[in-house]
Amino acid sequence: MKTGVQTTIAPRLPTRSFRRTIRYMKKYKTLYLLSIPGILYFLVFKYTPLMGSVIAFQKYNIFQGFTGSPWVGFANFEKMFSHYDFIRILKNTIILGIYDILIAFPAPIFIALLLNELRLMVFKRTVQTIIYAPHFLSWVIISGIFIGILSPSSGFVNQILVFFGFEPIYFLGDNAYIRSVLVGSGLWRDVGYGTIIYLAALAGINPELYEVAEIDGASRWRQTLSITIPSLLPVITVLFLLKIGDFMDYGFERVYVFQNPLNLQNSEILDTYIYKAGLQMQQYSYATAIGLFKSVVGLFLLFVANTLSRRATGESLY
Amino acid sequence: MKRYSTARKIFVVCNYIFLSAVALSMFLPILNIVAQSFSSPKAIDNGDVLFWPVDFTFMYYQYVFNDASIWRSFAISVYITILGTLINLIATTSLAYPLSRKEYVGRKFVLIYVLITMIFTAPLIPEFILIKEIRLMNTLWALMIPTAISAFNLFVMRSFFAQLPNELIDSCRIDGCGEIRIIRSLILPLSKPVMASVGIFYGVTNWNTYKNALYFINDRSLYPLQIKLREMLVNDNLADTGNQLFSELATASPQGVQMTVIIVATIPMVLIYPFLQKHFTKGMLLGSLKS
Repeated sequence: MKTGVQTTIAPRLPTRSFRRTIRYMKKYKTLYLLSIPGILYFLVFKYTPLMGSVIAFQKYNIFQGFTGSPWVGFANFEKMFSHYDFIRILKNTIILGIYDILIAFPAPIFIALLLNELRLMVFKRTVQTIIYAPHFLSWVIISGIFIGILSPSSGFVNQILVFFGFEPIYFLGDNAYIRSVLVGSGLWRDVGYGTIIYLAALAGINPELYEVAEIDGASRWRQTLSITIPSLLPVITVLFLLKIGDFMDYGFERVYVFQNPLNLQNSEILDTYIYKAGLQMQQYSYATAIGLFKSVVGLFLLFVANTLSRRATGESLY
Repeated sequence: MKRYSTARKIFVVCNYIFLSAVALSMFLPILNIVAQSFSSPKAIDNGDVLFWPVDFTFMYYQYVFNDASIWRSFAISVYITILGTLINLIATTSLAYPLSRKEYVGRKFVLIYVLITMIFTAPLIPEFILIKEIRLMNTLWALMIPTAISAFNLFVMRSFFAQLPNELIDSCRIDGCGEIRIIRSLILPLSKPVMASVGIFYGVTNWNTYKNALYFINDRSLYPLQIKLREMLVNDNLADTGNQLFSELATASPQGVQMTVIIVATIPMVLIYPFLQKHFTKGMLLGSLKS
């Protein structure tokens, strides 16, 4: 840092007196007034509940509130780890998360690469229009569609199975299949939408690189390996880090709408359990402890992945 | 004319086949649902319906349109989509605009303040208690106010405003415009594209809202369409008896009715999809620039 720069700029701030700041703010008071509701919004609806998480360390009583309820330290967390169901639910959450990373994360990259190879523009556009669409359907509608097509008596997936001589399968009523249905429906909904960002990155690659490679005699496959994939790597890394940060957040809705008593064994995840334990059974402090646990693990994973990524590839979120 | 190797030709053919299969896997289930909604209960039960209606009938649509509770849920969803999106846009713009201006001292602080809420999301229970304390429980406001601003959309809007040329604003100021005048007659007309894309995003979210309605609404007369639809889907699945929702027709063929409600709930999405598709790529990319 050069001292010359400091002496010309640094003194400005301390000399701006309080009165001058007020006068400045008065001049642009409209801007400040406009921003107040938004700032309050985040304070009330985001920060207050965040502070309210302290009830995880209390024996919260709705009549005594945050201030009056007795503190219990880590008792709720102990209860959580000793609960006979908790480990199973945690396991379900982790397994679904891993499936999602292994299958749903690479799928859009793969599809985007294939779409990028298409020369027939009409076909490309038609495929894109169709595969983007499911993303905008609600999970309730998607569960309805899957209930319809997977129905053991009349769904067309089972009709195909029967046609080929198999027994019809009650996919949604079987613990053995529910995870596949959950991951599959997620893939079905989001794979097309996920390609957008990769296609944009692909469009941004300098075409000269390919021309040069072609002159050097590189095959199309070779070009994909040496030009396309490396060019996508920064985008892939950032999206992967975001995905890791959401590892514990498989999503309440997407699982809840597929749940029924027959598949609960393998489909209960932390988010759905928090809803049931918290709102249906009113164990407020216990459910908050689980929620807090979930957030802390998510943050930790994000932090670790980010550090590893910065060391390995130089790419990081922050 | 370039010559392709045999391997390349095989790849191209496989690629077309594979991508067609992917597209069909998205398209055919929906076609199947539509076909079922127009088929007789018997044809559905026998599993005769594939992608074209069998024994064409309008009976489920008649049933759905005659059911007052489905209509009411539909109306509630329309209401929260329109009013909610309006609230979303006003709230988001009025914070995004100041944050895009250099005159706003402390914008970095506010940006971090917002960013923190993206990283640390509040657990469900404290949020529920808050909604209860401020008496939003069992009101439609609970579906609109707590989701008024999405931090992601806020950043999208802010980066749009930030790239508007500053000279424009300065020249307007020299002409004697106040801040309100600048916003009304300069910024807003220029920001139609971002308003459209962010508005459509919010609109889709509001139409699809399910989780918050499940958490914060117990009053059956306030159920939005998604909750209503879910209830109809579950009731058949679990063979829940003694449920007054289903008339004789519905008990005779719950699946036809379910598929029809799915179609009805999807129609608004289908109607706006052409606009949606035009805007969402732009919105996504603008948003990703930020990070």
